[in-house]
Amino acid sequence: MPPSPQRFDLRRSIGRIVLGALAHVGRFSMLVVEFFRGLKEPKIWVPRAMDEAWNIGIGSLFIVLLVSAFAGAVTALQAGYQFQGNLPWFVVGTLVTQSIVLELGPVLTGLILAGRIGARYAAEIGTMRVTEQIDALESLGRSPASHLLVPRVVAGLVMVPVLVIFADVIGVAMGWFSARQVMPLTDADFAYGAQAYYRPFDAYYSLIKAFFFAGAITFIPCYMGFNTSQGAEGVGRSTTGAVVSASVLILLLDTLLAQLLLTV
Amino acid sequence: MIELRDVAKRFGEQVVLDGVDFTVADGETVALLGPSGTGKSVLLKHIIGLIKPDRGSVIVDGLDVPRLRRNELRQLRYRIGYVFQNGALFDSMNVFENVRLGISDTDKFDDLAYSRDAVTRCIRLVNLAPETIEKYPAELSGGMRKRVGIARAIVGEPDYLLYDEPTSGLDPVNADIIDDLVKQLDKELGVTSVMVTHDVRGAFRVADRLALLSEGKIVMQGTQQEFLASDSPKVREFLERDFQNATLPEA
Repeated sequence: MPPSPQRFDLRRSIGRIVLGALAHVGRFSMLVVEFFRGLKEPKIWVPRAMDEAWNIGIGSLFIVLLVSAFAGAVTALQAGYQFQGNLPWFVVGTLVTQSIVLELGPVLTGLILAGRIGARYAAEIGTMRVTEQIDALESLGRSPASHLLVPRVVAGLVMVPVLVIFADVIGVAMGWFSARQVMPLTDADFAYGAQAYYRPFDAYYSLIKAFFFAGAITFIPCYMGFNTSQGAEGVGRSTTGAVVSASVLILLLDTLLAQLLLTV
Repeated sequence: MIELRDVAKRFGEQVVLDGVDFTVADGETVALLGPSGTGKSVLLKHIIGLIKPDRGSVIVDGLDVPRLRRNELRQLRYRIGYVFQNGALFDSMNVFENVRLGISDTDKFDDLAYSRDAVTRCIRLVNLAPETIEKYPAELSGGMRKRVGIARAIVGEPDYLLYDEPTSGLDPVNADIIDDLVKQLDKELGVTSVMVTHDVRGAFRVADRLALLSEGKIVMQGTQQEFLASDSPKVREFLERDFQNATLPEA
């Protein structure tokens, strides 16, 4: 008698998904606890965090500046196209500054780093997991958190906001430069527009976003790396998962922070 | 003394250990034999607390390993050297830094002169040239990596040494070198050792006692002579497969 085809059980499937999600939440919470425990060993994580900070900062500076420069230029050119004859030119200054500082600077930097740094962290830690290097650390009585997690997260929390500052400055500068090339706009017009609706909180908001994005860019890939299994295929899966999850979380945080901090 | 009582472990639907009883007396070297994928490494990881059992107890020096607090487990791990199957060396560190990580005493670890001296001594003990300490794992052969792994395990002067397949993937000459090294270290350091292996010939050369793990249970524990005299089908099957082309010492 042929085996009867297994029937799809909706309740069982939902139960499995819920349990899987709860397991992730539990493991992620444990990783966060380990992070705070690991902070107690600065002698171990500070030198490593310096190396990581250098890698994130110097290694990512060129691509971050390149993308933000193009974002600033395109924003200015599109603003000029849309407002031509409808609004005064100084509005271009307002739009470029606000778009870059409030949104494009931090979000584009976050997404670039999710790919560049997130993929690297997940692959590095994942490879260490499948080659038993993390087990080796534990067997030596050493904390994987203070050796691997804390340096990466701290470096990210420090360097991502720094990169966002650079991205904001270059984005606005490039928008200004581009606007002047193709529009009858003076420096005074652009400066006036940039300052007209600018509030000091805008810069803080950009940095607050950068700080939260840094958490997503570092914690999620490290989590994926620590929970890697099944060899090279598992490392590949963790790396892809880390980039996708960190990117999605950045977009979710972007919406959430706008709702929390910008709603009047 | 290491004592596992009724240890059970499953991963998902797969039962790996199913009521394992296993004892290693102080100063003894026990080889844990068994075909690949029978849970030998899983059993070894229970001893150092890298894996917790679903059931049963793992006792090392009277301490119930799965129930130890974080700091107690760390202190216990300082007294156990673990040699991983492929060395598990840290790619980003050179041999000196890798081996130095095995120094558990913080003051000694921070003392660079002591560290250099201790690392060089252990590197010599595992028959590697002192210049090796400047090399990175990627520049070493498989056999050298295993020996560096052993050096890292012994630099902290442990009471216990756990070897996970120390000769797997090596040619017979290098496997013999590692076996001799294990024997020499056990004699010189006076440690209690457990060696996981599926190489019966190597186990007979090195171990005081043997244990065979099969289908999640210890099928037999005993001396070489007891193993050779056994008429258990599982024991005979496992021994005969490996002995067809091997020479037995004193057997």
